[in-house]
Amino acid sequence: MLLGRVIGSVVACEVCAGLEGTPLLLVQPLDPVQRPSGRVLVAADATRMAGPGELVYFEGGREAALALDPSFVPVDHAIVGIVDRIDVRTPEPSS
Amino acid sequence: MTLGRVVGEIHSTVNHPFYNARKLLVVERVRPDGSAAGGYLVAVDAVDAGRGDAVLVLDEGNGARQVLASADGPVRSVIVGIVDRVEAG
Repeated sequence: MLLGRVIGSVVACEVCAGLEGTPLLLVQPLDPVQRPSGRVLVAADATRMAGPGELVYFEGGREAALALDPSFVPVDHAIVGIVDRIDVRTPEPSS
Repeated sequence: MTLGRVVGEIHSTVNHPFYNARKLLVVERVRPDGSAAGGYLVAVDAVDAGRGDAVLVLDEGNGARQVLASADGPVRSVIVGIVDRVEAG
């Protein structure tokens, strides 16, 4: 899983079977100290509670679909939790 | 599996039910000599690891679900060991 910031939502009227009603959110992946890192992606929101501005963690790959019900759906990223508190201290660069 | 170092922890109350009461740690990828390799993972802790520990992380879904005794948990990354020593040569 990785950390991400929800930066928006996606509305799709025509979707594959199983995806009807699944919230789709725009997520900016972050590094451990919450700086943007990598390309913005669209993730299904398995918590159904996430919204713009929130810090979340999301799963990628086949496991993302397992977060949804039904789980046999065409999804490659899913938000599985909203972060209340994160405490990260990376060591100082040694060089 | 990959080598990592625990650099932080995540607390969360709104989450998928699979993650209820599971400890999530932020793990930085490291090289065999312990230096940062770039990249990180948020992983479920299965061995009671803590900040600063060198750890072994499994990043594969079927193995992760086996370790965590779940048939259908949406999980891929699990800390499966605390590393005492790495001998690279």
